[in-house]
Amino acid sequence: MSPPHLSAHAWQNHTGAFIALWTSGELAYALFDAGLITTSLEDGTYPALSPKHPGAAWFEKLSLDLNGHKASGVSHSNTAIEHFLSPNGTAPWPEFRPAPGEGVHQMAVGPIHAGIIEPGHFRFSIIGEKVLKLEARLGYTHKGTLALMRGKSPRNAARFAARISGDATVAHSLAFAHATEAALGLTLPPRAVQLRAVMAELERMANHTSDIGAIAGDAGFAFLDARFAWHRESLCAAANAAFGHRLMMDMVIPGGVAGDIKTGGDDAIRRSLDALETERPGLTRVFEDYASLQDRLVGTGHIGIHLAARYAAGGVTGRASGRQTDARTSPGYAPYELMELTVPVETEGDVAARVKIRLAELAESCRIIRTLLNHLPDGQIAIAPPATSGMALGVAESFRGPVWHWLNIESGLITDVFVADASTLLWPLVEHAACTSIIADFPLINKSVNASYSGVDL
Amino acid sequence: MVWSTLARHLLTKPSPPREAGHSTAAALAERLQNLSNEKLGRSLAIRHVDSGSCNGCELELRAIQNMVYDLTQYGLTFTPSPRHADILLITGVAARNMGEALRQARAAMPDPIFTIAVGDCAVDGGVFKGSPAITGGADSILAVDLMISGCPPTPGQIIDGLLSLLEAHAGKK
Repeated sequence: MSPPHLSAHAWQNHTGAFIALWTSGELAYALFDAGLITTSLEDGTYPALSPKHPGAAWFEKLSLDLNGHKASGVSHSNTAIEHFLSPNGTAPWPEFRPAPGEGVHQMAVGPIHAGIIEPGHFRFSIIGEKVLKLEARLGYTHKGTLALMRGKSPRNAARFAARISGDATVAHSLAFAHATEAALGLTLPPRAVQLRAVMAELERMANHTSDIGAIAGDAGFAFLDARFAWHRESLCAAANAAFGHRLMMDMVIPGGVAGDIKTGGDDAIRRSLDALETERPGLTRVFEDYASLQDRLVGTGHIGIHLAARYAAGGVTGRASGRQTDARTSPGYAPYELMELTVPVETEGDVAARVKIRLAELAESCRIIRTLLNHLPDGQIAIAPPATSGMALGVAESFRGPVWHWLNIESGLITDVFVADASTLLWPLVEHAACTSIIADFPLINKSVNASYSGVDL
Repeated sequence: MVWSTLARHLLTKPSPPREAGHSTAAALAERLQNLSNEKLGRSLAIRHVDSGSCNGCELELRAIQNMVYDLTQYGLTFTPSPRHADILLITGVAARNMGEALRQARAAMPDPIFTIAVGDCAVDGGVFKGSPAITGGADSILAVDLMISGCPPTPGQIIDGLLSLLEAHAGKK
């Protein structure tokens, strides 16, 4: 079934929550919460959506860089992933316009940062300690992932989907598998569906524990950082014992899972969950009890409800800013319809709220994993995708928000693909949130959103 | 609250499960004991640069600093400043967009340095080999002394690789 085809006018005036935009062949595609729409490319251009939907800006730049398709009606001042713009083949710095005002100066950070994190350039305009403006320049980790996926079978392309963002490798593999299975009309064995959900929730917990710890660590609470890092380690060790890989990379494949849960894996997972559940209330109390910690987190990096809605923010960031959104329930996918998932929502929109959401989700993921392990059905774990044709979208809720994969498959080979990580809509929110605080709070804000660089650079 | 929890863990918690590398850690500890401090020469500071990873290797680099693997016990620490670093540790493919930054990071480090490529991507481009957006592995930009493969390598493998560098370094003296 092909998506509704709109005239240029109708395309431009389409309303709803914008999620992603890309071009392929003769068409431009836009994904809204209500569904996918298309419009024709005229001389390689399509009407820009960014004037109405600011989240579309990055996608428009990316379409120009990747496919040479221009959004008419806007001129973006910089590129997404193409840095080598000078005629002599070098990569000049783009112009960063400082915020207006006397005494304002610019501060350049990156692409190489102080810690063990991905590269990206941040240009702050600051007056004293106060941040007035932040512009992020990304694209440093561009690897040409989408081009490498074309012309391959879904099973062969899955290893690229698994490396779009390593911390969300299960979620990306899952969204890619969902797209493949929808395009080819595959029905999965129930055991595979449940094992996938166990992996996805383990991944969520491993990331949430390390994020919570890292935020506390940045506020000077090394004790919390150490304890949460230990729990992350125990979850990764359990994943390794159960599925043979600490991050569970390449374990979710189109048609099922690559391997069954190993003997003893069930116990290893339960032990790591028990350890976390035993300690979690005490650790949560530390967050709540210490005024010096609360002082750093409450009101920091504020993302208001309207701003979050304007960028259709998903995941932890969206839910901390009042958005009742989770791809596991809406649009939803198996097996979560049987899980009676509780989606925590906060309205403060600050770093503290994002920590609260993560703590609540840890408990929920624990419950889901235990339920799934208690009722693991017998049977096959994978079926082979046939060499047929189809086009479809797939989604999965990663720990940071929804990830979308769009695939066009012809005779068993991928002819075109697009991937929208939740981070694409989160980066503009980081830029906004930075301006609500002082420069010293930026590491906290950045960690509390934890947008992926690799996930948007592709 | 912090102190009471901390004390409880120190006193009553059973030792943490170390499935992820118990035998490796034991072997490493034994090997380290066989090396005298004098032979080790000095402790080394590491400057990490991600030149185009998927962030999987970064997760494991962070894991080697947790209390299970505790990198600092081997005299190795991460440093933010390239000026203070003895080891340039590179993860990820050599993305075209990161080439210049990587060269500048190297230029900012005082000689002599060791260069280590961690993860399949840094070793030879990994699954992204042949992409026009990359120039290959880390050795397409700089000379590399040691390669630690794996996608991503486990914390045990990374520590193992770093210790073999220390050993080789001690041997050179």
